[in-house]
Amino acid sequence: LECVAVLKGHDDRVWCARWSPNGKRLATCGGDKSVRIWEKHGLEWVCVETLDGSHSRTVRSVAWSANGKLLASVSFDATTCVWDCSSGEFECVATLEGHENEVKSVGWSPSGNLLATCSRDKSVWIWEADEDEYECVSVLPDHSQDVKAVRWHPNEEILASASYDNTLKIFEEDSDDWACTCTLNGHESTVWSLTFDSDGNRIASCSDDKTVRIWQRYMPGNDQGIPTPDNTPTWRCVCTLSGHHERAIYDIDWSSTGYLATACGDDHIRVFAENPDATTPHQPSFSQITQEKAHDQDVNCVSWSPDGQHLVSCSDDGLAKIWKLQL
Amino acid sequence: MSTTLENAAPQVHSRAPPRPELPQDNDDDVEDPFDAREIFDLIRPINDPEHPLTLEELKVVNEAQIQVDNDKNRVRVEFTPTIPHCSMATLIGLCIRVRLLRALPPRFKVDVAIFPGSHASEDAVNKQLADKERVAAALENSHLLDVVNQCLSINTS
Repeated sequence: LECVAVLKGHDDRVWCARWSPNGKRLATCGGDKSVRIWEKHGLEWVCVETLDGSHSRTVRSVAWSANGKLLASVSFDATTCVWDCSSGEFECVATLEGHENEVKSVGWSPSGNLLATCSRDKSVWIWEADEDEYECVSVLPDHSQDVKAVRWHPNEEILASASYDNTLKIFEEDSDDWACTCTLNGHESTVWSLTFDSDGNRIASCSDDKTVRIWQRYMPGNDQGIPTPDNTPTWRCVCTLSGHHERAIYDIDWSSTGYLATACGDDHIRVFAENPDATTPHQPSFSQITQEKAHDQDVNCVSWSPDGQHLVSCSDDGLAKIWKLQL
Repeated sequence: MSTTLENAAPQVHSRAPPRPELPQDNDDDVEDPFDAREIFDLIRPINDPEHPLTLEELKVVNEAQIQVDNDKNRVRVEFTPTIPHCSMATLIGLCIRVRLLRALPPRFKVDVAIFPGSHASEDAVNKQLADKERVAAALENSHLLDVVNQCLSINTS
């Protein structure tokens, strides 16, 4: 990994960094209560916009809609802001209230019609978007603790969440109502984040237990004879990556080209590749291909650019950095 | 917070004598690595949330339960609540963590945990103290921050 840019601007820890869908912009957010938008001008990445004043506490994470026109930000102040940037300027068009306390994560469904948020109040909320109106269509109270992350399936309306209760949960819509269809047990401590692979048949999750787990989806009637209760797909852990990380793993992202990157409390980012010699997808194995002491403090987030060529990381040291993967 | 004390008459212990001064202490060319005594000196004057006593006088902290690896940038502090059902355990741990966050260079990774076997909800308290996101959120709560700052205010008596 070669560091190609350092994004300096936040006055406090940076919690999250996300690429716009066309890879030309980055949004970052953090403990200074602001969201910053960065663009590449010539060879340099510069901060072109600072969105502050809308959140009164830490901004924990951000998410772009699939068409890149909307950005959502969530905060410890219990609110979600939706920003419209289709005119070129960022305008806050909606503030979603309802969570009782800190909102931790946010994600847009692939179609852009649905938004999911999650909170320390143990619930996952699904909001339906109609122009600039957002209506809560479901409150999912299934986790028994703080929900740390939500991510949508890349092309189906399936939502996955990760929690302080050590589990992941899968939510699907069933005859007009959202419900938890599967609970993924295995991690021994808080699950901080998760990522789907590009076709959505696998999830990788990362935890305070210092491991990464790979989960495979099994459809009803699968050839392996894996039971699927209630005729709904089930997810099984098919691989555990341990011994690589020295502290809690705060984030994980699967690139469009198949590489897994992790952000760790030991200041490192690591990249893993699947070993090609596995005979079936049911017993995969992964090797660490590189690790980098990326920051001076905990790394909170990693995210691959849409083309899989670059990685952005951000840290308690107040910086975001862009890395080029050299193979 | 309740108005009746959970542990009305705690056992009070004496304070450690000051660290003996060594000839090289004032030599700027000698690098002083962080050690357990230095960490202990940072946390022993923390005020207990309930009693007009320090964590050292209540033997909640002691030097033997501090591990420091200066080269690997690691500090681990274990603390012993005065009673196994102490409802203040999380707050005490938070005060120790905040004191060390403020005083140590950011290169250090600090772990604060309950001395094994000394509290009924040991695992739950340890998990909460280790969760930096919850610690960060707690410190944005101005009421809680006031309480922490009171515990950390230097006791001159």
